[in-house]
Amino acid sequence: MSFQIIEQPTVYDVVIVGSGAGGGMAAKILAEGGLKVALLEAGPNFDPKNPEQQTQLKWPWMSPRRGAGTTRAFGDFDMAYGGWDIDGEPYTRKNGTQFDWFRSRMLGGRTNHWGRISLRFGPYDFKRRSMDGLGDDWPISYDDVKPFYDRLDKMVGVFGSKEGMYNEPDGFFLPPPKPRLHEMFIQRGAAKVNVPVIPARLSILTRRINQDRGVCFYCRQCSRSCMVYGDFSSSSVLVKPALDTGNVDLYVNAMAREVITDTDGKAKAISYVNKEDLREYQVRGKTIILAASACESARLLLNSVSSRHPNGLANNSGVVGKYLHDSTGASRMGLHPEMLDRQRYNEDGVGGMHVYTPWWLDNKKLDFPRGYHIEYWGGMGMPGYGFGFGLESLNGLVPNAQGQSQSAGGYGKDFKADLRRFYGATFGMSGRGECIAREDNYCEIDPNTVDKFGIPVLRFHYTWSDHERKQAKHMHDTFEEIITQAGGILLGEKPGPESDYGLEAPGRIIHEVGTVRMGNDPQKSALNSYNQAHDVSNLFVMDGGPFVSQADKNPTWTIMALAMRASEYLMNEMKKQNI
Amino acid sequence: MDRRNSIKTLVAGGIAGGLLINGCKPAAGPVDTDAASVGETEMYGRTPEEKKRDRELMKEPFFNAHEMATLTVLCDLIIPADDVSGSASDAEVPAFIDFIMKDQPGYQNTMRGGLMWLDHQTLALHDKAFVDCSEGQQTALLDKLAYPEEVEPAYQSGVRFFNTVRNLTATGFFTSKMGVITDLGYIGNVPTFWDGVPQEVLDKHNLAYDEDRMAMYVTVEEREKQAEWDENGNIKRS
Repeated sequence: MSFQIIEQPTVYDVVIVGSGAGGGMAAKILAEGGLKVALLEAGPNFDPKNPEQQTQLKWPWMSPRRGAGTTRAFGDFDMAYGGWDIDGEPYTRKNGTQFDWFRSRMLGGRTNHWGRISLRFGPYDFKRRSMDGLGDDWPISYDDVKPFYDRLDKMVGVFGSKEGMYNEPDGFFLPPPKPRLHEMFIQRGAAKVNVPVIPARLSILTRRINQDRGVCFYCRQCSRSCMVYGDFSSSSVLVKPALDTGNVDLYVNAMAREVITDTDGKAKAISYVNKEDLREYQVRGKTIILAASACESARLLLNSVSSRHPNGLANNSGVVGKYLHDSTGASRMGLHPEMLDRQRYNEDGVGGMHVYTPWWLDNKKLDFPRGYHIEYWGGMGMPGYGFGFGLESLNGLVPNAQGQSQSAGGYGKDFKADLRRFYGATFGMSGRGECIAREDNYCEIDPNTVDKFGIPVLRFHYTWSDHERKQAKHMHDTFEEIITQAGGILLGEKPGPESDYGLEAPGRIIHEVGTVRMGNDPQKSALNSYNQAHDVSNLFVMDGGPFVSQADKNPTWTIMALAMRASEYLMNEMKKQNI
Repeated sequence: MDRRNSIKTLVAGGIAGGLLINGCKPAAGPVDTDAASVGETEMYGRTPEEKKRDRELMKEPFFNAHEMATLTVLCDLIIPADDVSGSASDAEVPAFIDFIMKDQPGYQNTMRGGLMWLDHQTLALHDKAFVDCSEGQQTALLDKLAYPEEVEPAYQSGVRFFNTVRNLTATGFFTSKMGVITDLGYIGNVPTFWDGVPQEVLDKHNLAYDEDRMAMYVTVEEREKQAEWDENGNIKRS
């Protein structure tokens, strides 16, 4: 066997790296438009219908560790092959700062397990600098993206309610499910402190939208990816129809190394390592789309160094890797005495919250610049590993079933009865807020470390600022008000300044964006407003990388709307022979 | 060819030899025989790497016979049989804890050391190993460990162990079939339709769904009807 680079004879119209939200959307739009597409995915093929891969409707006892998160970060039944740590694929950190990088190596990527929270960015979210002087404005506005959000809603499906809130634009919603019991207590408590609680907006099909996908059957397991395609995963909702056109060749277990350029400096091919034979291949395309995730796409560009592109590809501005930002996150939990000894009924519902709180205040009147939304959790879910842990921190807080005070902890029949009694009595909430994009939060190539494929790895530098800390403090004040007003007993301690008010480490919310940002000025941005590299006309980035600011919204819906918009622009440019 | 079979899957390795696999792979593959060797557990969607790891962990037990006997007594004191369901050992909790020791080795010192600490205590007091003590002698010791806010300083070193074994026993029991179905009465993990909290539960808590919003919620009758909207995003309701 000779060790030379193996070049694919076919020259595709487009080579796409990554099959998640952005890559899946690009593949679908371009393949349906008649282009010949190569779709590269670093992990294995995946289909939630495949019984060998399925975890939906499995019981906890089918796993010898009862679903514990030993090999998958969110537990055995979660559908993400990967996590914050992947064997042989390290990353490093700089100057004692922290950033945790979650990767999912499989067809569809992280969309197979995500929370399906599908929020449009609002008009303000594209123009934050104009409002508060921080970060930068996007080069596009809500009106530019609205038609694509509208089409996305109908193509993929999202339930929600029309509320008429200016910065939480309504869409083409499917009907939402009724709230669960704890969500009604939360609604009642939040109303007393003027915090709105409205139906969630999740990409889960409460009504049929086409004949290829089924309808939600309420098992609360979207994180396991749905066998009837009742929720949105890129694998089942975008890649599958793309493959059905016959215009897409799917390369799985293909770990992209770099973008190869020709003598004119144009992108020519993707070099990748085939994980099965550990040899290096090249697949050629007239156009290249990176949709490998914000940080992986930045890594590819920074690793694509040539005499013509000494800073890495599409990086004349030097911004690639910079302005990395993840959502802020903080959580609190309560015990609701009225929910002790609950009547049993099937309370699974959809895979996530039925209600949420959109950002409801005016930052001009607050001491921090950007907002957050609140997600709620609780109810009589299916037990998994960890169920019953720490009962000693709960059962001393309320009188026992006979109305007498009891000591925390215990064992024997009373302890067993308490576990039954406290089932479904706790609830909680998590804030997810906007972090200001800053130049000094970044990823770069670590010159001293490679992964097991010999590809130089990323090194992260990330700190929170007081903007985020003050926001987290406000979250906790709000959580205490809601839990208390809902009739709950606060659990745990309120975190203070010594722990950044309970802010999760950067990267933990898995909304990282901003590393290949778009803009009108090629000195300050890597991409134009159509996700196209300023420096390389046949190179696009269609994941979270192009985001200028992340809003307090989950990024997936905007990644997909922009990928749809950019893919159609790409086709037009190819037709006009501009690419 | 069904829809799935028409999908052209190019395994990267196949490209090398110019081989294009027109994937006529059956949608429902046979149950992997590897899964059968994973003890009594059933197939639960493992990747090949995860299956291999499970098999490795299943090869040898962690606890020796004496430790296992001690753990079994302890688990059954924590979760005994009652008129609702069986005991921890009826639900095979000790075997689950043994697996967890191998799956999450961080537990090993606390658990193995804790079991020895128990024997050390009863040997000093009664000149017998914990398993050979009477139930009264055993519970007398547990009473000193089981209420963390009231523990005497001399017993503090046993509390962490007891919290750990109590946690693992609770989780092992309440994730077993006996715990989930028979004891807890969990009703779910089946295809259904969620139509809200039962009326009698709402009444009990003096709660009601917002009248203004009732018309908006999904109904069982319309779930299979293809969604259509007007140009303003209003979904057409039946």
